[in-house]
Amino acid sequence: MRAAAGSLAERLRLLFRGPRPLSETAASPTPPRRTPGRGDKEIVTTRQSRGLEQFFSYIRDQAGLRILDLGGASQANVSFITNLGHKLYSVDLLRSMEETFGGEDPTDQSNAGQIDYLMRQNLEYPDETFDGVLVWDTLEYMAPALLSATLDRLHRITRPQSYMLAFFHSDERAASVPYYNFRIQEFNALQVSQRGSRKPVQLFNNRTLEKLFQRFDSVKFFLTKESLREVIVKR
Amino acid sequence: MEPDTPRGSASIGKAVKIVGQIYSREDLYVDGDVEGTIELNEHKLTIGPNGKVHAGIKAREVVALGTIQGNVEANDRLEIRKDAKLVGDIRTARIIIEDGAYFKGSIDIVKPEPAKPQKGQQSAQAAAGAPPVVNAGDNKR
Repeated sequence: MRAAAGSLAERLRLLFRGPRPLSETAASPTPPRRTPGRGDKEIVTTRQSRGLEQFFSYIRDQAGLRILDLGGASQANVSFITNLGHKLYSVDLLRSMEETFGGEDPTDQSNAGQIDYLMRQNLEYPDETFDGVLVWDTLEYMAPALLSATLDRLHRITRPQSYMLAFFHSDERAASVPYYNFRIQEFNALQVSQRGSRKPVQLFNNRTLEKLFQRFDSVKFFLTKESLREVIVKR
Repeated sequence: MEPDTPRGSASIGKAVKIVGQIYSREDLYVDGDVEGTIELNEHKLTIGPNGKVHAGIKAREVVALGTIQGNVEANDRLEIRKDAKLVGDIRTARIIIEDGAYFKGSIDIVKPEPAKPQKGQQSAQAAAGAPPVVNAGDNKR
């Protein structure tokens, strides 16, 4: 009787709401999951990344390269990069920005002394040190003065012909966007866990991004379903 | 799960501060402050949750639960536990970083050198006409 009632309820649900979306089904290849013990806010998903695939296509057949990860250290990224035979340098730039400037008010990010301090603490390396940089989404939380200083420094410490991978939200009306931990699963797949959400200081379209990276050799865009622009920048 | 103060190892308590060079021929647990260098070539170093180490470290195995500022060379493996903080350059064969740990610096994974054959084995190989082994690991970069 209970089974019949359940079946009736399911039929009524189908009638009024339609079939369940794919993401709710057990067969979904990348079901979102919550990480236990890290609070309710962190939602973890796995997704394909053409940008990451491109980035690795340039470095996967070489060994002994120096790769800088600006998203902080995670076991996944450390294992993946070092298993390819590369040396990994790790910096949590968003965390350092919060420690240096405090809060989210972008007007605080224009103090030249603090910008210099941030650069010295996080990006103080000899010229042309790195063969690749995983920038992730850090740049869109920077005010113009800080962004300009960061790009100047990245240009200086990367080698010619090297590549950077950066992400930018493409929804130009967004008042607040999620920011993430990016963990490399495969050459073309990322596990993405949301760290929280914050107001992007600047939003970019293809044209403004080309202008932003005009000192670099080339810029290539991939637009994802998640309203992200994945950008490969060649030094 | 590891006990806070493992038995059978030397220990530096959380109210102790040492400035200078530490060399140990047994495992060491540091829950206090150390400035200088720590060398435990064949042994394990554990930095406890209250430990603050401002030193270069060489050990077989390093487990960090507290704060390390300095370069770390762990021949076998390095663990950076949740809530630990490590700022410095790392050379190790294996590394474990827990979620929530903070790390800033570089990571160089070095493959452990294969065990050298005993003297008796060497002469037996030579007698059997085996080719000599050339270790080219140091010439890689």
